[in-house]
Amino acid sequence: MKPEQDYKWRDFERGYVITEPGSSREYHTGDWRSQRPIFDKERCIKCGVCWIFCPDCAIRFDAEGYAEMDLDYCKGCGICSRECLPGAITMVDEEG
Amino acid sequence: MGKRVGMEVSIAASEAVRLANVDVIAAYPITPQTHIVEHLSEFVNNGELDAEFVPVESEHSAMSVCSGSQAVGARSFTCTSSQGLILMSEIVYCTAAMRLPVIMVLANRSLSNPISIWNDHTDVMSIRDCGWIQYFAENGQDVFDHVLISYRVGEDRDVMLPVIVNMDGFSVSHVIEPVELVDQETVDKFLPPYKPDIVLDPAHPVTMGAIVLPSCYTEAKKAQDEAVKASMPTILKGWQEFGDLTGRYYHPIEEYRTEGAEVLLVTMGGIGETAMWAVDQMREKGRPVGLLKMRLWRPFPFEEFRKAASKARMLVVVDRAISYGGPGGPVASELRSALYNEPKRPLVANFIAGLASRDVAPFDFIEMVDRAEGACKKGMEPEYEIYGVRE
Amino acid sequence: MIEIRFHGRGGQGAVTSAELLAYAAINEGRYAQAFPSFGPERRGAPVVAYCRISDDPIRIRANISEPNLVVVLDYSILRIVDVTAGLKHPHGILVTDSKFPGEKVRADLNIKGKLAAVDATRIAMEVLGLAITNTTMLGSLVKASNVIQKDSLIEPLKERFGRIADKNIAAYERAFKETVVLDG
Repeated sequence: MKPEQDYKWRDFERGYVITEPGSSREYHTGDWRSQRPIFDKERCIKCGVCWIFCPDCAIRFDAEGYAEMDLDYCKGCGICSRECLPGAITMVDEEG
Repeated sequence: MGKRVGMEVSIAASEAVRLANVDVIAAYPITPQTHIVEHLSEFVNNGELDAEFVPVESEHSAMSVCSGSQAVGARSFTCTSSQGLILMSEIVYCTAAMRLPVIMVLANRSLSNPISIWNDHTDVMSIRDCGWIQYFAENGQDVFDHVLISYRVGEDRDVMLPVIVNMDGFSVSHVIEPVELVDQETVDKFLPPYKPDIVLDPAHPVTMGAIVLPSCYTEAKKAQDEAVKASMPTILKGWQEFGDLTGRYYHPIEEYRTEGAEVLLVTMGGIGETAMWAVDQMREKGRPVGLLKMRLWRPFPFEEFRKAASKARMLVVVDRAISYGGPGGPVASELRSALYNEPKRPLVANFIAGLASRDVAPFDFIEMVDRAEGACKKGMEPEYEIYGVRE
Repeated sequence: MIEIRFHGRGGQGAVTSAELLAYAAINEGRYAQAFPSFGPERRGAPVVAYCRISDDPIRIRANISEPNLVVVLDYSILRIVDVTAGLKHPHGILVTDSKFPGEKVRADLNIKGKLAAVDATRIAMEVLGLAITNTTMLGSLVKASNVIQKDSLIEPLKERFGRIADKNIAAYERAFKETVVLDG
């Protein structure tokens, strides 16, 4: 998909239909973040509560089953940190 | 030419919907549209029409159902009036922007408040800029024909826009009059099956109705404006082909006795027929008065209108709606703006008449022409007047 | 063009009368138009319906203010509605339900033109068992004027009334026979 500012009026599909499924993945909402979550594997019990609550579906699990954040999409809302039962997620300020 | 059959115009509209072999009907009953819905539900119940009839709980849902159905590739129909239209209006705008060719018959009725079940154009004028193609029918034959024509035009690959067929509530919708029907074979020849390029299908997912950011909204709206304008050749072609099959030819603006006319009455909808009668009476007395009847409201037929109006000294425009605190009637104000940049333009007098079915008789048209002429002689450019109001 | 105005009470079938007459005329290959004076329908309230018949396409879509013919479906309406308003003089015809002779109606209403009277309510009660005078008054109307051919109404009556069509046709025929026409 080309950058939105490059769209001319003739470039839209009829009725503004988006024909490519899942194209919203290309939109990296992680840019909006002012805080990021830090995951402490020592405390994580792999319960998946963070995965359930994340409003952007940005939580994934690594090969061993521990939760981690896809920072391309994490907006830094902190809901995962607040909901995490064992307190394994800490929010820290983005630098710069 | 087929046989003329006496029937109520609402029934004729339902007959056309049946002949168009629609797949989905979703409508909520409201006066004066009710007879159409009743008749269609009978068709479905009796197995005379193989369609899904969705008895929705509101007009908002009716248009939602129709839009969704159309998006999966089902030919859809709804009809409403007045309050029903403004309740559904949120979706009406989406249907057009999403290029879903739903067809809607509007039995035009005034808007509340005060409550009025009677006829004028205040309902449809509230959604003037909804992006649908908009026809105005003046009799039962027009209504029947334009339901079929609307499907043909709206679903055309070069158009893909929804269409409103406006008919005056009661004074057209409830009248028993002769209508010449078209047989199924002819309809099938005229109206191919609905086959949109892109449909909602889980096997091939697409997104319809997504957001655009301010960086693209302007371009999106330009595309929509161009789409409505670009429908004109297909509209003309649709009328031509329908005429070739039935002998009934239609035009964006119907001219009546305009040869040598210095003054032109302009009407839209059912009062056009009464205006013809009035023009005949004035012509008999040697008065050079003719009539323009607006059949196509969107896309606005600028070229045809300017050509038709160019020779007249004055237009007497009869509106059936009012823009409160604004420039008068919506039709007159659009005609004025269509003429503004013309090197030579007629004066435009505007009367708002026939609100809530108040009778507009032949002598009323004559009176309007007299009044406009009188104002002109005094050197006043007539602005607008609510005709017949008790002072 | 002939313009006809029907006066009745909600539920008596004034609207149906106008419609049936239009169907009959259209079936004759002519042009016709029928419509009610639209309002919130209330049983018993005075209602008006209109019918136009012409050999040419009808180009008028307004109420009828100067009828050639007025049909009154219920004698009691005469007391409360000015049924002869605008009736075309001198050729206008009034056709009315009345349990009194036409001469009395003429005197009571001070009518000079052609007048047709029939006790439609009694005929309807006897034939249909109901005081619905629409089909009865159509028989009277057709007797009083040649606005349509008498038999043209049979098909529309059959179509509208289905299994009770025969009774309605009988009421129609009987009113045709019993109507007394007084020339003006």
